[in-house]
Amino acid sequence: MTSVLYDVPGPKARRVSLIGSVAGTVLIVGLLAWIVMTLAQQGIFEGRRWAIFTRGDVWMLLGNGLGATLSAAAIAAVIAFPLGLMLCLLRISLIAWIRVPTRVVLEFLRGMPVVLMMLFVLLVFGTSPFIAVIAGLVLYNSAIFAEIIRAGIQSLPKGQREAGLTIGLTSFQSRMLVELPQAVRRMMPSLVAQLVVLLKDTSLGYIVAYGELLRAVQVMADFLGNAYLFPIFFVAAAIYIAINICVSRIAVWIERRGSNKAAGGVAKAPTAVVAPELPEVREPK
Amino acid sequence: MDVIIENLPLYWEGLLRTLFLSVVSGIIALIVGTLLAAARVSPVAALRGFSTVYVEVLRNTPLTIAFFFAAIVLPRLGVTFQQFEVAAIIALSAYTAAFIAEAVRSGVNSVPLGQAEAARSIGMAFGQVLSLIILPQALRTVIPPLINILIALVKNSSVAGAFFVLELFGYGRQLANAHGDQVMTVLLGVAFFYLLLTVPLGILASTVERKVAIAR
Repeated sequence: MTSVLYDVPGPKARRVSLIGSVAGTVLIVGLLAWIVMTLAQQGIFEGRRWAIFTRGDVWMLLGNGLGATLSAAAIAAVIAFPLGLMLCLLRISLIAWIRVPTRVVLEFLRGMPVVLMMLFVLLVFGTSPFIAVIAGLVLYNSAIFAEIIRAGIQSLPKGQREAGLTIGLTSFQSRMLVELPQAVRRMMPSLVAQLVVLLKDTSLGYIVAYGELLRAVQVMADFLGNAYLFPIFFVAAAIYIAINICVSRIAVWIERRGSNKAAGGVAKAPTAVVAPELPEVREPK
Repeated sequence: MDVIIENLPLYWEGLLRTLFLSVVSGIIALIVGTLLAAARVSPVAALRGFSTVYVEVLRNTPLTIAFFFAAIVLPRLGVTFQQFEVAAIIALSAYTAAFIAEAVRSGVNSVPLGQAEAARSIGMAFGQVLSLIILPQALRTVIPPLINILIALVKNSSVAGAFFVLELFGYGRQLANAHGDQVMTVLLGVAFFYLLLTVPLGILASTVERKVAIAR
């Protein structure tokens, strides 16, 4: 791999870099080994501690936790996206008394910790933790979605809206039919990346006693004893991270596909259709 | 309203604690994040690999998991902290560093190629190219995203309140439990103090963004 930041390594630089690599690897492996040793001294790797994963009910509890996490994230995302679209439309409204209050509300929502909103809904409205988690996630993420889509609309060439208005669409029609579809497509990578944030934030449900994955870990550790905390936590964290990495990968994939498409679209677009196949015209008899 | 005025010292204390957590974690995260970004573009493969894995994993870890690890799992493994603040700072800075590393790396990518080539052609080594030419320019362009990460850090520090650290959110929760009839006022007070920190930072970010935009 070459980089613009350094010369293509010669024999000496390659040697130095190899030594550096080996030293770095040794350092990292050493650190890991130290951690593993420390853990082993605590008896973390004893078979009986991991044997709990042969029990079905452990997996069932983990599965329930995961289900709670995913369902909260899915419901919140499904509600937050249309709400975000609506907030975005209000935020860029031409009428000042709609635009300005919306802006204040959005700034307020964006400046708030999500967990505070969850607690607020939980305590003030006395809802179940499930509703509180979803409400917190929806409030926060719809504000973020609105800002992302607004950035998308602002990044469109001005001619799009002008063309829309010119052909006689109303301002609202132009937004809905011309600008929003392009803005959403353009901001797809950011929107999917925000989904990862949403998914991560469901773990805040732990704080408001929602029975999601992390809470399931806590409950099992309290029930089975401290000895099992680390194995269960390790597996739960791995599940969380694996899911998030998958969704992040999807975001990267969409971004790459989108840019390929855009590049290919311009390069391969036919400049003129020379001989369009005309439908056979029948002579009127 | 009376609840807020009566407990103003408590709110103030919480605000300072939140500020303290954010500033300390922010500084650590900035340093570690920049080092990670440097490792990510370095000629040494092991450093690149380590940095990539660290950033990928931490960015996809929920913050609550990081806190749970630092505050609950570590102590039961024998790593005990005198104060839970230390655990909170470890979790916050480890988490934030990954995001800062990504931002700085995108800044490095945004510096025109000619800069690095010019630096190399006058005989600079990688360390010099990065520290004297690339990073000063890269950091300037990523100041707005970095401020946004720091805003997120201030908000994220609220998670510490759930893990035995008394900061703004922690005190808020305590007050809400103590004044069951005025929960709404208490929590709106907490919200107000958070806005006191995040809104000025947000304004700063957009001001800097506009200045950078003009400079270009």
